[in-house]
Amino acid sequence: MLNVNICGINFKNPVITASGTYGFGKDYADFFPLEKLGGIACKGTTLHPRPGNAPPRIAETPSGMLNSVGLQNPGVDRFIEHELPWLLEQNTVIIANAAGAAVEDYVENVSKMSSSGVHMIELNISCPNVKEGGVAFGTSCGSVGSIVGAAKKVSANVPLIVKLSPNVSNISEIARSAEAAGADALSLINTITGMKIDAETRRPILRNNVGGLSGPAILPVAVRMVWEVRRAVKLPIIGMGGVTTWRDAAELILAGADAIQIGTACFTDPYAPLKIIEGLENWVKSQGCTNIRELSGAVESY
Amino acid sequence: MVYQNFASIVNYEQLANDIFKIRVKCPQIARKAQAGQFVHILCGEKTLRRPISIACVDGDDILLVYAVRGEGTQWLSEQKAGQKLDIIGPLGNGFPVFDKRVLLVGGGIGVPPVLQCAMNMNSDVVLGFRNAEQVILEDEFSAKCGKLIVCTEDCSHGTHGLVTPSMETLLRERQYGAVLSCGPAPMLKAVAELAARYDTPCFVSLEERMGCGVGACLVCAAKVRRKDSEEYLRVCKDGPVFDAREVVWEC
Ligand SMILES: Cc1cc2nc3c(=O)[nH]c(=O)nc-3n(C[C@H](O)[C@H](O)[C@H](O)COP(=O)(O)OP(=O)(O)OC[C@H]3O[C@@H](n4cnc5c(N)ncnc54)[C@H](O)[C@@H]3O)c2cc1C
Ligand SMILES: Cc1cc2nc3c(=O)[nH]c(=O)nc-3n(C[C@H](O)[C@H](O)[C@H](O)COP(=O)(O)O)c2cc1C
Ligand code: FES
Repeated sequence: MLNVNICGINFKNPVITASGTYGFGKDYADFFPLEKLGGIACKGTTLHPRPGNAPPRIAETPSGMLNSVGLQNPGVDRFIEHELPWLLEQNTVIIANAAGAAVEDYVENVSKMSSSGVHMIELNISCPNVKEGGVAFGTSCGSVGSIVGAAKKVSANVPLIVKLSPNVSNISEIARSAEAAGADALSLINTITGMKIDAETRRPILRNNVGGLSGPAILPVAVRMVWEVRRAVKLPIIGMGGVTTWRDAAELILAGADAIQIGTACFTDPYAPLKIIEGLENWVKSQGCTNIRELSGAVESY
Repeated sequence: MVYQNFASIVNYEQLANDIFKIRVKCPQIARKAQAGQFVHILCGEKTLRRPISIACVDGDDILLVYAVRGEGTQWLSEQKAGQKLDIIGPLGNGFPVFDKRVLLVGGGIGVPPVLQCAMNMNSDVVLGFRNAEQVILEDEFSAKCGKLIVCTEDCSHGTHGLVTPSMETLLRERQYGAVLSCGPAPMLKAVAELAARYDTPCFVSLEERMGCGVGACLVCAAKVRRKDSEEYLRVCKDGPVFDAREVVWEC
């Protein structure tokens, strides 16, 4: 009832944990067997290890939070050697998440991932392009096209999901550029850039001044963007941003998502993915459907 | 093993103006808890849980002592006995256990997290507070510890001043197995330096803002030096207790 197929990969259900919020899975394995999940999107990894930003790296905001982790990660080699073997035994879809600061980094990173055994690769294009003055790859159609095209050349037969940044003026155009450059699927949305300031001390809470907003506050933005992108491209879509309950997941699916990811909600409740899976199953039944696929994009828009 | 428990509040006690002690029943967590570990508490509608140290374990119950600082801890202080709290724990690496007598040093709201050490180990203790109104848990420590020195910064109770002079008095008298400490970062730094001068191992419990609390999200970074290179470790999983010699103080 909940099984979906994205780019030839079978998911037992459409609920995936989001990159950067679930580490490499192990830390959450005490709560329930990870095989109950449709998939796990791993922490974003770069070609070389990254130390991350100075703390504080998190600030709570109304119905959400800001983070400025700064892509702390052990590097792709260590990911493949130390984290992946265990993950691949968990009987769920494993999605590696690739980040980088230059096209060449992404290419080498993705080519290592594509021969590692991961089931899918998610390309995080929200990272600043160091050579282009730190403007994120994902914010102009030209740079999206070149980064996706370059990654696609080395991703071999591992499906490439391009993860879109919401910090753009026209997400449909960006989605079309990714599609034209050969993306196999899209995921959206990454965090929305934000800031929080302490009124007394006049200091930002985050040591990095600004960070990425996630959690319930961003759900309506995510729903709108998935809805727009669904109309712009034919690719499968993995929706995310603020999903906390099955109703939130249902909104993204109706807007056009084929599967969804859950990030911040696990901080509030580590069992959120299981509750959402159960809720979605009841929803599919109550809608008189036999598979959740029938509900993807089924919003009756005005 | 980490558990989510729906723990009922057994009772409440106001220890000071803005400091509360609650006893919650959560057998799974209580059975596993070690001194220095913490629980992550859901506070009403808040997106993020609040980390609070396990001050003490008593059978099926754990005792938590917390100061009201913002909306989350305010919410917590408004809950009544009999109500249930959604808590995750026990989390993190606690204090190591020593056979030889240890010296406990707590400052302010960093006093409760070392209480369980006094229950488990032979210890002397130095407690520091701003003033007499803020003094908490004095009787609990005095029941378990050999020597007890309470310091207040304004001289309104016990010894005058910061914890370090009293700590030095005790360090001069005997060789301790270790100094175990929790409190504000500048105090911990001073405690660590003093312990190093007396060639005594020192373990400190650090604080950082948290997301997941279980090691997955990397927001709770503390800078640590290992083998000549500095790296960010997770306060929630690699800590909150760290070997003070490894901590790179940012204060
Ligand atoms: C491992 C650990 C153990 C702790 N043990 C205790 C304890 O035993 N007793 C006690 O009174 N306090 C303890 N604290 C501090 C306590 O977590 C904060 O005072 C509390 O989170 C404040 O929440 P609030 O909603 O009242 O404040 P707000 O300022 O409204 O909180 C906003 C956000 O910032 C975070 N935050 C604010 N101050 C701190 C802080 N000092 N440390 C971590 N996060 C913070 C909150 O969790 C929340 O996400 C501990 C902190 C850590 C990291
Ligand atoms: C602490 C934290 C770290 C994150 N790290 C990454 C990352 O490394 N790579 C990435 O593509 N997205 C990262 N994200 C974004 C999430 O995967 C997700 O897109 C976003 O949080 C929105 O979903 P949510 O509201 O369900 O959390 C991170 C989010 C958070 C909160
Ligand atoms: S709070 Fe998530 S890793 Fe520590």
